[in-house]
Amino acid sequence: MKTLKEVRCGETVQVKKLEGAGAVKRRIMDMGITKGTDIFVRKVAPLGDPIEVTVRGYELSLRKGDAENILVD
Amino acid sequence: MSVTVALAGNPNCGKTTMFNDLTGNSQFVGNWPGVTVEKKEGRLRGHKDVSIMDLPGIYSLSPYSLEEVVSRNYLMNSHPDVILNLVDASNIERNLYLTTQLTEIGIPVVIALNMMDIVRKNGDVIDVKKLSQELGCQIIETSAVKNQGSMEAAEAAVRMAQSGKKTVPQHTFSDRVEKALAEIREIAGNSIPEENSRWYCVKLFERDEKLKEQISLSSDKASKIEGIIAACETELDDDSESIITNERYEYIARVIKDCVHKKRTGMTTSDRIDHIVTNRILALPIFVVVMFIVYYISITTIGDIATGFMNDTLFGEWISPAAKSFLTGIGTADWLTGLIVEGIIGGVGAVLGFVPQMLILFVMLCALEDCGYMARIAFIMDRIFRRFGLSGKSFIPMLIGSGCGVPGVMASRTIEQDRDRKMTIMTTTFIPCGAKMPIVALIAGAIFSGAWWVAPSAYFIGVAAIIISGIILKKTKMFAGEPAPFVMELPAYHVPTVKNVLRGTWERGWSFIKKAGTVILLSSIFVWFASSFGFVDGAFGMVEDIDTSILAVIGSAVAVIFAPLGFGNWQSAVATVLGLVAKEEVVGTFGTLYAVAGDALGMVEEGDFGGLSNIAQHFTYLSAYSFLIFNLLCAPCFAAIGAIKREMNNAKWTWFAIGYQCVFAYTMALMVYQFGLLFTGAGFGVGTVAALIVLIAYIWLLFRKGYDENGARLRAASAVRS
Repeated sequence: MKTLKEVRCGETVQVKKLEGAGAVKRRIMDMGITKGTDIFVRKVAPLGDPIEVTVRGYELSLRKGDAENILVD
Repeated sequence: MSVTVALAGNPNCGKTTMFNDLTGNSQFVGNWPGVTVEKKEGRLRGHKDVSIMDLPGIYSLSPYSLEEVVSRNYLMNSHPDVILNLVDASNIERNLYLTTQLTEIGIPVVIALNMMDIVRKNGDVIDVKKLSQELGCQIIETSAVKNQGSMEAAEAAVRMAQSGKKTVPQHTFSDRVEKALAEIREIAGNSIPEENSRWYCVKLFERDEKLKEQISLSSDKASKIEGIIAACETELDDDSESIITNERYEYIARVIKDCVHKKRTGMTTSDRIDHIVTNRILALPIFVVVMFIVYYISITTIGDIATGFMNDTLFGEWISPAAKSFLTGIGTADWLTGLIVEGIIGGVGAVLGFVPQMLILFVMLCALEDCGYMARIAFIMDRIFRRFGLSGKSFIPMLIGSGCGVPGVMASRTIEQDRDRKMTIMTTTFIPCGAKMPIVALIAGAIFSGAWWVAPSAYFIGVAAIIISGIILKKTKMFAGEPAPFVMELPAYHVPTVKNVLRGTWERGWSFIKKAGTVILLSSIFVWFASSFGFVDGAFGMVEDIDTSILAVIGSAVAVIFAPLGFGNWQSAVATVLGLVAKEEVVGTFGTLYAVAGDALGMVEEGDFGGLSNIAQHFTYLSAYSFLIFNLLCAPCFAAIGAIKREMNNAKWTWFAIGYQCVFAYTMALMVYQFGLLFTGAGFGVGTVAALIVLIAYIWLLFRKGYDENGARLRAASAVRS
């Protein structure tokens, strides 16, 4: 298993597990990244961080530091 | 019977447009008690007894974000009669997530399925009848941008409220969770209200701290409930919050599968735009061009012309002289003429002079926000700004601030996170604005004989001040308190609507005129009074020369404070105080106080520094540079202070911001002057010791351990990294 941070642009992955706790984790889940969701990694910002993903049909950006807490397959 | 409709929905779902549609001009804009979250209320058009409460745009009802807590508390404590839930049909899956939570509260819910025009354009089909059955709510199809359906939706909500019917949440959680919820219900008993027991049980299951504070559970009951949650968590191998969130989304996915039929297409227009605009190579050049256009129009060209016209022509040449000759003509006393013309009209003019420029800027900012590019700016700039505890969106206030701090501070409105916004407001005016340029030019030209590096160093100091402040403030407890995760939606691009842009512009402009006006007016009257009255030969009265004014007396008294900075004469103190009215006043005041023949400000603007030697001889290189630093960083002009007050919307925070800026400016100037003296061979003195202590304090503040989001101390290493 790897983290969302390691996924290359243009790949689609499925969420296996969310690590961390508290506000950031809840926020990530509230935005629709939950177990079993498909995530398409769309692009990386010009300065290398954050990343942009497509999840549940819309565009979401999150920092690589937070993406590290999302385990995917 | 009067009805209150709460308008709830995600950000970017068209809620503002619909609210404007529904209420027209009968809006009341304020703030939710105690927080800087905007509160909007209005009357439904054509219905005197129906009021619409616009809740902040939220994704969920979690206890973690300010907007969500404000919305929750309003729904729980003020009991609106009905919730009109706006759902973006083109992004239905995530939007329904909030709906599943709203229906649990026990308040009737009517859904306005917005942006149906986009759905139809995309060729997608939504089975509204079926969706309505699945969710247990009436659904009205709308397209707020095209003015379709908004009124029908509001009227349906009012009918729902009057009918006395309840909304019963149709979604259920898995059997295991439902069992736990039933057990919690039984234990909680009458500690929670019957009509929204479902909401309370779910929140108790989620271990919602904010909710636990509101109800009184005996420790026995609390520990029993904790046992139930823990058992369920072990069985399902996840924490309770995640279980609930997962199951809500699973439920929505099932509903969507039945009711929404997407026509599979390739890239949408928005996708294609985004492909270019935030492309890894093109993003930065495009960003620079967009920022250049915003700056060029609002600061350099149209904005500058508008401000120049307002200040110099309208107030300077037309209104002030006309008022003066009128008042003199009818025989008004000199002091009263002075008060009205110089104090009040001058003061009001100082506020209104900025308004056209601000409106031009806001038109562009509203357009950027409305079309979706503002979120991309945060996306592009985040990496740089978050290192200093700021948001990617802080870039715009800082850029605009290099022209004028007033619209710069006001531009911070687009930053959602409270902490980032406050920090941006506090640091934006560190960037040298246009009005500070004459001070820089005076010091560079008259004292440093036109050294090339003085002007760039002013910007360098401004940027350094922002970075240092960002790092220091981020480590204080008050800014560490609220975590601000950067998990941000990038909304689809769309053409901004003229109505939204104009209304947004007007609201911001008007709130500045109202709130900032009072501060600036009072301050201007005070400064006018202090500079035109004084004691001459033992008698109090109006004075001809500023030398004999109260301000000069105050200046002499406070001058000693500036002695350690190298400019402890009353003239510098007075110039600094008058700089609060407008920063370019500093130069003019020096001209008057040091008896420069002619208009000092005009001479600086024309680059004629020969005539300014009267000023130059009172300064050394060091004291001049120290004076420059202090005036660049200290409290901005009254207009900008007014803008800070408007944006902070809190007296305590405003004073904190001003106080911080002054202390920061003072300590920086102190260090430059005292260490400068030391290195130029003036020897080691008391001042050097003070500067050393200040330096050590700054090093400690910069490298000490910070606090994490829960207020606990971080390890030093992680504090530096984060």
